[in-house]
Amino acid sequence: MTFRAGDRVRVAARSHEGHHRTPGYVKGKSGWVERVHGSFRNPETRAYGTDGLPEQALYQVCFAQDELWPEARPHAADRTCVDIFEHWLEAE
Amino acid sequence: MREHEHDHDHPHDPITTEGEAPAAARARALEELLVEKGVVQREDVRARVDRLVSRSPADGARLVARAWVDPEFKSRLLADARAAAHELDLDAGPSPVVVAVENTESVHHMVVCTLCSCYPRALLGPPPAWYKSLPYRSRAVSDPHGVLAEFGVELDDDVELRVLDSTADVRYLVLPRRPDGSEGLSEEELAALVTRDSMIGVAQPVVPAPA
Repeated sequence: MTFRAGDRVRVAARSHEGHHRTPGYVKGKSGWVERVHGSFRNPETRAYGTDGLPEQALYQVCFAQDELWPEARPHAADRTCVDIFEHWLEAE
Repeated sequence: MREHEHDHDHPHDPITTEGEAPAAARARALEELLVEKGVVQREDVRARVDRLVSRSPADGARLVARAWVDPEFKSRLLADARAAAHELDLDAGPSPVVVAVENTESVHHMVVCTLCSCYPRALLGPPPAWYKSLPYRSRAVSDPHGVLAEFGVELDDDVELRVLDSTADVRYLVLPRRPDGSEGLSEEELAALVTRDSMIGVAQPVVPAPA
């Protein structure tokens, strides 16, 4: 586990051919690690008939709503939290 | 449907899709192949489907009602939902992991799966159709207050809204707030107030007005 609860992180903005579990609306966005879920098989390889090993750390990463949807003028305290695998996260 | 070429090495009945939705035909074809190749047993598929559809929101409601009457149980539920469910003879299964989150006076959670339809099926049964719809999946994150308003939920300005997008191996179960006026109710009566939608976070349990 590279990250701990409270760490600031940014989701990689890269595109990815094939199955992955990082939604487009958080790519390139900054947030913080809220919770460390543990390690799980990698869906990006598991989707194609392999065992998905080695396991990847999975984090609940939260984003302020105005980081994700600034044009919507959301309530300041609101957040959306998304479960993101470690290899999509960069320290900030 | 066009007859397909038989250049592969297994025999099968003609594949037709008469009167069958394309997705159902595809699922059936996949099941036929997997059974034929010995990857799965037909009985296992049936048992798994039976187990999933046998679960219902009443299971989750029992957990919520117990948490409302027993603060120590609530702590255990929030710390390890699978173990807490086991105490009530509910099997949340080894995976995906279920995490319970508590709605309070100051924080309101609602759950979505923007990528598909991830849902705590082991504790709530199959998800409602709207949960799987594109409008809910997109608007729950981009306009959560608007979606809540359509479900009849209006949060006070000082309540922090947390939308949980279950994109991976975790399923979220919302522990809704115990409604005002429910003080004298038994655990069983409380469980009857807990709706499916309140455990997704798009509704709040209420005590019905006396008739």
